[in-house]
Amino acid sequence: MNPDPNKPPLWRRYARFFGADPAADAREELAFHLESKTEELIAQGWSPEAARKEARRQFGEIRAIERIGAVMGEKMERKRRLKDYATDLAHDVRYTLRTLRRDAGFTMVAIAILALAIGANIAVFSVVNTLLLRPLPFPNAQQLVWIAPPPMKCGLSCATYSSDAYDEFRSMSRSYQDVTGYFAFSDQDNYHLTGHGDPVPLTAIGVISNFFQVLGVKPQMGRLFTDADAHASHVGASSAILISNAWWKHQFAADPNIVGKTVDLDGTQATVIGVLPAGFDFGAVFSPGTKVDAFTPVNLDEGRDWGNLFTFLGRLKPGVTVEQARAEAAIIAPKLYFNAKYPDTLGNYKGQVIPEPLKQYVSGKLRRSLIVLWSAVGMILLIACVNLSNLLLARAGARSKEWAMRGALGASRARIIRQLLTESLMLSISGAILGLILAAALLFWLSHQGSVALPLLADLRIDSAALIWTLLIAITAALVFGIVPGMRMARINFQEALKDSGAGTGQSRKHERIRSILVVTEVALACMLLVGAGLLLRSFLKVVDLDLGFQPSRAAAVIVDYDDSVPNDKTGVLSAQKRGVIFQQILSRIMAIPGIQAAGTSDYLPLGRNRAWGLPIPQGKNPQDYKDLVGPLVYVVSPGYIRAMGMKLRGRDFTWNDGPNSPGVVLISKAMARFFWPNEDAVGKILVGRGNLTSPTMRVIGVVDDVHADSVEGATGWQIYYPMTQTSPLAAYLVLRTTLPPATMAASVMHVLRTLNPKQTAAEFMPIQTLVDHANSPRRFFMLLVVSFATLGLLLAALGIYGVISYAVTRQTQEIGIRMALGASAGRVQRQVLTNTLRLALAGIVLGTAASLIASRLIAAMLFEVSPWDTNTFAAMAAILITVAIVAGYLPARRASRIDPMVALRSN
Amino acid sequence: MPKEKLEFFRGTLDVLILKALVWGPQHGYAITTFIREHSGSVLLVEEGTLYPALWRLENKKLLAAEWGLSENNRKAKFYRLTAAGKKQLREELATWEAYAAAVSKVLSATHPVLGEGQA
Repeated sequence: MNPDPNKPPLWRRYARFFGADPAADAREELAFHLESKTEELIAQGWSPEAARKEARRQFGEIRAIERIGAVMGEKMERKRRLKDYATDLAHDVRYTLRTLRRDAGFTMVAIAILALAIGANIAVFSVVNTLLLRPLPFPNAQQLVWIAPPPMKCGLSCATYSSDAYDEFRSMSRSYQDVTGYFAFSDQDNYHLTGHGDPVPLTAIGVISNFFQVLGVKPQMGRLFTDADAHASHVGASSAILISNAWWKHQFAADPNIVGKTVDLDGTQATVIGVLPAGFDFGAVFSPGTKVDAFTPVNLDEGRDWGNLFTFLGRLKPGVTVEQARAEAAIIAPKLYFNAKYPDTLGNYKGQVIPEPLKQYVSGKLRRSLIVLWSAVGMILLIACVNLSNLLLARAGARSKEWAMRGALGASRARIIRQLLTESLMLSISGAILGLILAAALLFWLSHQGSVALPLLADLRIDSAALIWTLLIAITAALVFGIVPGMRMARINFQEALKDSGAGTGQSRKHERIRSILVVTEVALACMLLVGAGLLLRSFLKVVDLDLGFQPSRAAAVIVDYDDSVPNDKTGVLSAQKRGVIFQQILSRIMAIPGIQAAGTSDYLPLGRNRAWGLPIPQGKNPQDYKDLVGPLVYVVSPGYIRAMGMKLRGRDFTWNDGPNSPGVVLISKAMARFFWPNEDAVGKILVGRGNLTSPTMRVIGVVDDVHADSVEGATGWQIYYPMTQTSPLAAYLVLRTTLPPATMAASVMHVLRTLNPKQTAAEFMPIQTLVDHANSPRRFFMLLVVSFATLGLLLAALGIYGVISYAVTRQTQEIGIRMALGASAGRVQRQVLTNTLRLALAGIVLGTAASLIASRLIAAMLFEVSPWDTNTFAAMAAILITVAIVAGYLPARRASRIDPMVALRSN
Repeated sequence: MPKEKLEFFRGTLDVLILKALVWGPQHGYAITTFIREHSGSVLLVEEGTLYPALWRLENKKLLAAEWGLSENNRKAKFYRLTAAGKKQLREELATWEAYAAAVSKVLSATHPVLGEGQA
């Protein structure tokens, strides 16, 4: 009855070849019972036929029992499988922990590589997620559209609309729940909070009263603006303000009773009517890299004659697409008046009202950069995987005996592969955890880079999407870098591995070939990264080197408070005279400070906000000839400004004698002069347009360099400069050119300003270089990231080269020993190893260069005055790679050349 | 053939199966034979009860099953006691004996309970 347990019958071995089959088991078990019963009955004298019937009868519902058996068997089978799996897994994990601990050096290197690569990936994913994937931080943000003209050369004035245009567009459009906008020309620190010691500068933006309602922003405390607030408010003197959460915390120590209190803003008592929620950051969305402290309601009626003031924003009705809104806007635009008082301004906005998704406006420009960044970290991850594959292969070589032993002891190949994959997974999960920490640190740092002009930076964080992404890349990475060594290990010839270390056998030669292929791949990827980084770096250097038309170094600006108001001054002449006196005094006192080379004021600075008035035309020409041209950017400056900014001037500068009652004078930019008087000297010519306070004509007294006024990289438009004594400036930035670093001059300059005007605020002393840096910050940001990723890639590639060459030298110790015994010199051996290294590196470089030639087309749009096939960059990157390869190969080469033939031959 | 059938008390079949396996692995048919013969053909195990009971015990890890060859060289599923099964059998035996002794003590009573009324 009892079967021999040591000898399973033949059928048993194949009985469940295709896995367990509980239903069949139950059937067979019951069939055996029936047969036994029948036999017993026959033995008792029943006829076979009757016996079979009787046995069946006694059994009853055999099918039902079979079914019970099948179900229970299935259940047991499942439990068994699960348990087997769990036991195996626990075993694998324990085993892995043990081996990884034993090999601490390898483990640490592997985890560090993975942490860097995965960390970079998480960080970049979070940036991409925040800027591109996640909706903007407003309810139903997909309904929000930005409404603006196509880009033009006249700066902000050509990107904005007038009060009349707003009212008409709002009433004519049917696509929107509502349309709103904000005053686009507010400068930083345009208000001053007084009453608490030194006046505190703050930035306040004027918004159309429904602004927050359209965005869907609810106040944390208090209420939002109403139309009544708007009507009661005047430019520079608002009776109601809303304050940002950050400013509330910072300036008012999060005063819970702030709502209803009045604050003194530039001499006007303004009531704080509400505090905005912490989640609303105006700067992050509309004006990256700046902070906005407060909001005032804009009185639309007040600004009707002031031209273009507002940027438009709309919230589409549910179900209305951007295309529909665009089509509608194209029909409405020609019906808008620039100023309803002047019928000939009908149609000024023709073709200039184009809605686009707000998200597109905020981050659309960054799309390509982000995708490039994303690809770069993807490549880093690939390089890291290749590297890990390589490390694992090297380790696998050393462990082949261990695997052979396990194989011989009955571990299946699947089991061995699983063991290897468990190791890979544990490595990559550990790397991912460390990477998460790295990424969190990096993101924390990034989100506090307030001065980088990138939108939504403060929103950067690791969210659930980033965690899922982490898990995904950790598992993918484990599979990618674990599969090659896994397959190789599983294919190992156990016997051969057991016999000897396998040195010099076909197996490890094959191994080496795979490792070489991996290293070549790695070098190729690093090469692509380096070329990309090199092109971006070169572009950045070109941008930094760009002649902006002014000299940012050793110049600084500070905003000067002044009061030039004169009662009953209808024409502005009196206040212009007063202004002249004030600033002549200020500038002469400032110039007296040792170390100040030049000083002057302007109401706008390059690369900041700007404005344009209409186009003046040369006297005697037909205005119709210049109909479609846009006006130059306007700067109202004092004598000395041109020199203080370091701009080159042909002709003469303004003097204090160019007063309100003397003939109008202007300076114009080279490009404008060349356009109006192509073959003549512009100096001395007369322009007609918005002249000085008393006459429409103005004499061009000088031509200055074209200034990159709107953007560093963009094409330069025209500029025109008016003297502050003939036109009203909006503000006065005092620009200083110093022989010493500007920061050291701050105290003495502020002292002079305070002496002359006790109300002068403690304004920030801003180096002009900061303006340029701010404008360049997105490019610098992306360039720095890509360059650091490329460096990381290069490092990893170097590690890969070193690993492979070093391993090859170890493996060939004996061979090298023999060669040296036969007379090969140390130098020769060293050369040979280095040649091998270079062969790998060159193969990688050739491959990488070829791939870069194709891939760099993708980043062409991000380059500045650099060809995507820039030979210098390609050559330089190849040179760097070769140098690094030589360094990486030198260490093993030196080791090879120091091999003692005797020792090498004796040892095995 | 039995003269009369006795119904099993609930749980009794389990302990009988465990007992049947004390001497070594058996297939289901042998277990029915064992119970029938040792009970003098009084206890008859129905197949519809036996096999589900066997599978239940296997599931509870009191029994382990393995395929083998029967005495007449046929493929049959053999059950054997696991360590847990042996332990279970010992406990059931003790319980059963205590129970049987108690029941038989009561049944062999010779006088009524000494109630308060008679005191």
